Amino acid sequence: MIKLIPRVENSKAMILLSPLLALTLTALSALIIFIFILDDIKVSSVFFTLFVLPLTDSYLFPELLVKAAPLMIIGLGLSIGFRAGIWNIGAEGQYVIGGIAGGAVGLYFYNVEGFWLLPLMALAAIIGGMLYASIAAFLKIRYQVNEILVTLMLTYVAVLFLSAMLQGPLRNPAGFNFPESRIFHDSAMLPIIWGGTRLHVGFIIAIIISFVAWFGIKKHMFGMQIKISGSAPRAAKFAGFNDNKTVLYSLLISGGLAGLAGFFEASGPAGQLTPGLPQFYGFTAIIVAFLARLHPIGILFSSLLIALSYVGGEEVQIEYNLPSSITQIFQGMLLFYFLACDILIKYKVVLNKTKN
Amino acid sequence: MSKGRFSSILKLSVLSTVLAFTSNVSADPVKAAFVYIGPTGDHGWTYAHDEGVKYAKEKLGDDVIMTTIENVAENSDSERVITSLARKNDIVFTTSFGYMNPTVKVAKRYPDVKFEHATGYMLEDNVSVYSARFYEGRHVIGKIAGRMTESNVIGYIASFPIPEVIRGINSAFLAAKSVNPDVQIKVVWVYSWYDPGKEADAANALIAQGADVLMQHTDSTAAMTVAEEKGIYAFGQASNMREWGPNAQLTGIINDWGPYYADRIAAVRDGTWSSSDTFAGVQQGMVKFAPMNNNMPTEVKNEAMKAIIDLSMGAIHPFTGPINKQDGSPWLAEGETPPNFPDLLTMDFYVEGIDSQYPN
Amino acid sequence: MNESLFINIIIGISIASTPLIFAAIGELLVERSGVLNLGVEGMMIVGALLGFIVQFHTGNPFLAVVAALLGGMAISSIFAFLTQFLLTNQVATGLALTLFGLGFSAFAGRGYTEETIVLIKAVDIPVLSDIPFIGPLLFSMNPLVYLAFLMVYLVWWFLFRTKQGLILRSIGDNHDAAHAIGHNVVRYRFMAILFGGAMAGVGGAFLSLVQVPIWGEDMTAGRGWIALGLVVFASWQPFRIILGAILFGGITVLQLHAQGFDIRISAQYLSMLPYLATIIILVSLRIRLKNKTNRTVPNCLGRIFHSTS
Repeated sequence: MIKLIPRVENSKAMILLSPLLALTLTALSALIIFIFILDDIKVSSVFFTLFVLPLTDSYLFPELLVKAAPLMIIGLGLSIGFRAGIWNIGAEGQYVIGGIAGGAVGLYFYNVEGFWLLPLMALAAIIGGMLYASIAAFLKIRYQVNEILVTLMLTYVAVLFLSAMLQGPLRNPAGFNFPESRIFHDSAMLPIIWGGTRLHVGFIIAIIISFVAWFGIKKHMFGMQIKISGSAPRAAKFAGFNDNKTVLYSLLISGGLAGLAGFFEASGPAGQLTPGLPQFYGFTAIIVAFLARLHPIGILFSSLLIALSYVGGEEVQIEYNLPSSITQIFQGMLLFYFLACDILIKYKVVLNKTKN
Repeated sequence: MSKGRFSSILKLSVLSTVLAFTSNVSADPVKAAFVYIGPTGDHGWTYAHDEGVKYAKEKLGDDVIMTTIENVAENSDSERVITSLARKNDIVFTTSFGYMNPTVKVAKRYPDVKFEHATGYMLEDNVSVYSARFYEGRHVIGKIAGRMTESNVIGYIASFPIPEVIRGINSAFLAAKSVNPDVQIKVVWVYSWYDPGKEADAANALIAQGADVLMQHTDSTAAMTVAEEKGIYAFGQASNMREWGPNAQLTGIINDWGPYYADRIAAVRDGTWSSSDTFAGVQQGMVKFAPMNNNMPTEVKNEAMKAIIDLSMGAIHPFTGPINKQDGSPWLAEGETPPNFPDLLTMDFYVEGIDSQYPN
Repeated sequence: MNESLFINIIIGISIASTPLIFAAIGELLVERSGVLNLGVEGMMIVGALLGFIVQFHTGNPFLAVVAALLGGMAISSIFAFLTQFLLTNQVATGLALTLFGLGFSAFAGRGYTEETIVLIKAVDIPVLSDIPFIGPLLFSMNPLVYLAFLMVYLVWWFLFRTKQGLILRSIGDNHDAAHAIGHNVVRYRFMAILFGGAMAGVGGAFLSLVQVPIWGEDMTAGRGWIALGLVVFASWQPFRIILGAILFGGITVLQLHAQGFDIRISAQYLSMLPYLATIIILVSLRIRLKNKTNRTVPNCLGRIFHSTS
């Protein structure tokens, strides 16, 4: 019988090895699935397209970074709340509201040139996301209403609100009455940092935020506070940390960052507001955060890994006519294996031959 | 110098590769790619495009290599998918409105690749647009519905208030009213193209409110199955949905993209492709009909057949004045028919006589 | 409003609510044991597919429901194994389960999108269904609707009238104490998770076996998440699940009816109603309970348990 013995100290080796083990297991499972479903196609070339091509191809690689940026930003915000045990499941809604707020500012100043426009849009997006998340914070603090439910319900509301806005005030007046905004003018578009690609300044900002978050969690008092609130709520109260403050700040930070990501999407690769703005980044970012064990630098890598699964997934669909569900299956398995392998960090697995 | 010789050999070999490549071009099959919004199994919009692809493949045989990709969301991801396809194909069809701006953006970067965007309005030198006059199909089913309803209530399950859907509602209503002055149309918006559960809920709600003939502008077969179950009538959407409603389906509007796809791909093969704006209907065979159900009275069937023949000869237009807008303001004068732009392509009003409020 | 319209609306609401009741009552038991499984959507869609497949091949509704039940159970066992034996985070594992379930069902169901089946029909209970008004309202429902109500009762009975139910609740409230007095925490939780999976599977199958005789990927369209919300809404009390599901299903159906009656509100805002109403009801419930400490929330909800002895 297999037994788990807690380690005295977390295994340093396993912290690094367990993700590799998880990746290996995912790859093996993928292999088995491919052998099962592909008759005459070379499994190795499918593998190459899925996992390697997006890293080596000059068009796909910057696209990988474009896809990773919003996941990184939202994942970072969520990880802070998750550490404190605040479950903001509705970052998708805050992302949408941020996109609407930022986009609305850009459309209001349509064709107005100015260096101040982008910062103003970003600010509107952050505030929009924060305000939207603060509804859940308020209800949790004032009435102890569960934030999982509120943030989730408000996601549906945000998506419908976007639809109403695109049907009404934000609709492109010359757009044949389709529910889309105008295409943003150049001043309202994020600067491109890699010529000829869609890679925008938001990616740099995402990396900067990662390091700020890392530093914040390591050094700052609030970082301590949320860590303790999450792992030992009673101890946190004892130390005089304010539970309500943790709830509020966690939701404001994750909401604000999700809002910022929404603006980056609208003013970056999309270039306009459309009903396609919500694309599950808010939910996928939860996976990103957990793949990284909620660690800010880990999120840098996990967002790239998930982005790889999307970009590579699209390529195998195109090349080998595989269905899009393959991507979802892989993402699910990846997360299963990552979570499972992490047990090796805290526990030793021993084979116990004697009966209990 | 050895370097010079080496580089000249290199040049030579490059040249010969290029030569080999160009000499093969005429024999090479055309590579055509299709971007789908939904799964091919939706039995609605995407299914109909996929049937068109199969038709074109059968017609052109070894002259074409088809690539399709399904479930591509109408967001910034689509630009990447379209780009990936543009890198490897000669012509790329993007089959949903939301791909319009991404398609145009990619087309600018790949001037040698041809693009065909369905249901949009942005033309470029290498971007064609194509769409079908589905409202002509609605005209025919409107006539049938007006005759077949006993409660004088037609239920209409609508997706999103975009011009194409509005055209369909207006056209169906006017046709129904022309044969049955007492007819009413009830519109329920489900704000989804594909949610079988919600479409069924909407169908049930409409039936409970007295509708005995259902029309839908959503993609699943759910409403058809409800109609069959409840013993009322409905019309197939985008494809023949007879299997789900052997008694319920009176006929269906079939989107037949096949010949268009075959033509456009053949044009690329022959080097005759040029950017074009296609808005084709019954006359051109892009809008077709499922077989009329035998449970329909012969005179209703004949009336419908006559409408189809008239449409196919261009003898009638579903929007022929006098028609007022819902608020009573005049739209078309006696005998007048609307131009494609702006009237048809930007339609954002109900015609007079529809009770439902225009969604805002 | 005439009588038949009223009855029709009620039947419509029952159809919209039943999948939610199944999924939510299963999740309620899971959460009572101290486990939060966010994979309801994934378990529902697998149930919807398996129910459809078996009904398609056998035409036997009983087997179809059993298949949905087993399918939901099978996929929930992944969650149970990971969270109970490998001590993984429940929120993340549940999300992974949803992703996996959606992907798996879409993939495995590709051959069935062209097919249709015979629906499980409503049955008239003899004599009783002939009572005017009451009869069609209460005694002519789909058998699975009755089963949903029965399951709510059984879960209540199990939780509050059996020794095992008491143990399960005590595990949910304090797994260390329950373990200390010799209860097998992992076994109880494992069973509860499997039960939750089975119920979610049946709930999903209700969509493909009763509501529409078709299979389509993603056809659960977010109902699993609504079910999760209902458990919180119900404050972990079984009978309140029925109330919540009817309210939610009711608003969904009524907003469609309101459009038919041309009530002059934008459809987008009408569609927001079910979600906003859930939040508002939740808050008002809390206001009412404000001065009492809420004793129904399982204290150990979502916490990882590992016996050290």
